[in-house]
Amino acid sequence: MAFIPLAYNVRNLAARRTSTSLTALGIAAVAWVFIFTLALAGGFEAALRTTGSAKNAIVIRNGASSELMSIVSREAADAVAAQPEVARAADGAPLEASELVVIWNLERKSGNTTNVIVRGVTPRSLALRENARLLAGRMFRPGVEEIVVGKMLSERFKHCGLNERIQLAGRVWTVVGILDADGSAYDSEIWGDVELFMPIFDRPVFQNVTLRLDDPSHFEALKKRIEADPRFSLQVRREDEFYAAQSGMMATLLRTLGLFVTLIMALGAVFGALNTMYASVSSRTKEIGTLLALGFSRGAVMLSILIESTILCVFGGLIGCLLALPVRSFTTGTMSFASFSELAFRFQVTPGMLLGGVLFAACMGLVGGFFPARRAARMPITEAVRQA
Amino acid sequence: MTAGGEGKQALILLRDVHKSYYRDKIEIPVLTGVSMTVGAGEFLALMGPSGSGKSTILNLIAGIDTPTRGAIDVAGSSLGTLKPAQLSAWRARNVGFIFQLYNLIPVLTAFQNVELPLLLTKLNGSERKKRVRLALELVGLQDRDHHYPHQLSGGQEQRVAIARAIVGDPTLLVADEPTGDLDAKNAAEVLTLLQRLNREMGKTIVMVTHDPHAAERADAVLHLDKGVLKEQEAARA
Repeated sequence: MAFIPLAYNVRNLAARRTSTSLTALGIAAVAWVFIFTLALAGGFEAALRTTGSAKNAIVIRNGASSELMSIVSREAADAVAAQPEVARAADGAPLEASELVVIWNLERKSGNTTNVIVRGVTPRSLALRENARLLAGRMFRPGVEEIVVGKMLSERFKHCGLNERIQLAGRVWTVVGILDADGSAYDSEIWGDVELFMPIFDRPVFQNVTLRLDDPSHFEALKKRIEADPRFSLQVRREDEFYAAQSGMMATLLRTLGLFVTLIMALGAVFGALNTMYASVSSRTKEIGTLLALGFSRGAVMLSILIESTILCVFGGLIGCLLALPVRSFTTGTMSFASFSELAFRFQVTPGMLLGGVLFAACMGLVGGFFPARRAARMPITEAVRQA
Repeated sequence: MTAGGEGKQALILLRDVHKSYYRDKIEIPVLTGVSMTVGAGEFLALMGPSGSGKSTILNLIAGIDTPTRGAIDVAGSSLGTLKPAQLSAWRARNVGFIFQLYNLIPVLTAFQNVELPLLLTKLNGSERKKRVRLALELVGLQDRDHHYPHQLSGGQEQRVAIARAIVGDPTLLVADEPTGDLDAKNAAEVLTLLQRLNREMGKTIVMVTHDPHAAERADAVLHLDKGVLKEQEAARA
């Protein structure tokens, strides 16, 4: 099949600047919402995915699907720490941290309140989180009413700035450090001394034991032994998989709601493209008839109009991508179903999302161009060539 | 009915061709039993009042319309036996179109307009370029190849259309009122060009026209009235 030159389509679009621009802007808006939605869900997922490390394992109560639902006794925590698969620090001490997790209601800078995670940690906790470091200030001192707060939490909540004081569980705590955990969930947490937190928050047990494996391949051996131990009812999970699983339900919800909005908008945009292409085909009846008379097949004409519609929508999609790039700097927070607390995260725009936006726009072009293309291909040549 | 030029090999043969259109299920006959032969290398003018069926004959010969009844053989092909895709390919090989309103693609340059029929051939880019330049030279517009149709006069547009019609070296040129939208000077130039194509390049031309001066340039003139060839009617009488 001989093809109608692409220049014909591109120049036709350029010749109809106003309708082309308006349609492209409509498509751009849809592509923007599409990418925004994926960036929102992707950011949420990434925050939890990067929270865990493949080198670490997390031990929680058997049957618990989150840290909040878990309890680990001090006796069990000691037993876990003594396992041979647990890596050792230079001083020979096991690289593990028995931690406490509670949720606490704090006031946002915007005025409303929400739950945040308050984590009781040990001096080893920071070393176990490879992506976490102190951005400002210092680590809290054991036994002292000092805390460090995650970077995003510090930005979003009242009294959480460095050296500020905040009331938790009836005590006043000084923020002595700001934690930067590379966009992970720890950026939305408050950390303090677990041994001090336990009596203050009235929690006699830990929620988890996080440990560094001496070799990630030893995970199965550790899991088998701990889960088979009749003294405790514990489960062992790879830390990265555990946190990634936490994001599932919320990410799916965000994605579903976002895509629903996108589809509604896409419907409108497809009608816009349809209208533009119908008008374009209608005003080019004589040209299309001439191409058919010259010997171009009806298939070639249909393909040409479909390509034109797709070019138009891909152009819109590319505009949408450009407009979506600044979304990367957006930060938001949402309730995590796993912890019933706010998880702040940065939108994540990936090349795959941008490509998805362009492909989605191309699909809108194909759908919007189909009927006008079919009309063009079915034109009676004798009538078309005589149009004024 | 032979248009003229007896002794020449027949390029176009119409046998008892009927064509009717339907409006609200009412049959409107346009051609009723037209038979004619056009020899290869002839320049035939079809004349007649509006609605007499002359453009319909032209469309049938060019393979862009199909008869209700009857047979049409052009350039060795029986058009009634060709499927739509085959008919498209046949037109691309055998027919050059010249329209009253030129029918150039406004967003393409003169060069690109002339090149269009060659895109349906297997010629490569440089061969196409050579053929397009030659066609534009033949119509005297070699220096206007990068001009868009709106940058050309009506006469120049029609000459570009003629270049497009001949660039693929078709057997047959069909011209539907080629001077209908031109002033006398440009009309005369276009007719001279058609005559040259007929005489010097041996192109068979079938031209529909209202203009007796234009018809005078042809080798033969056939008159249609109410779907019947007058010459055929006279012969029957």
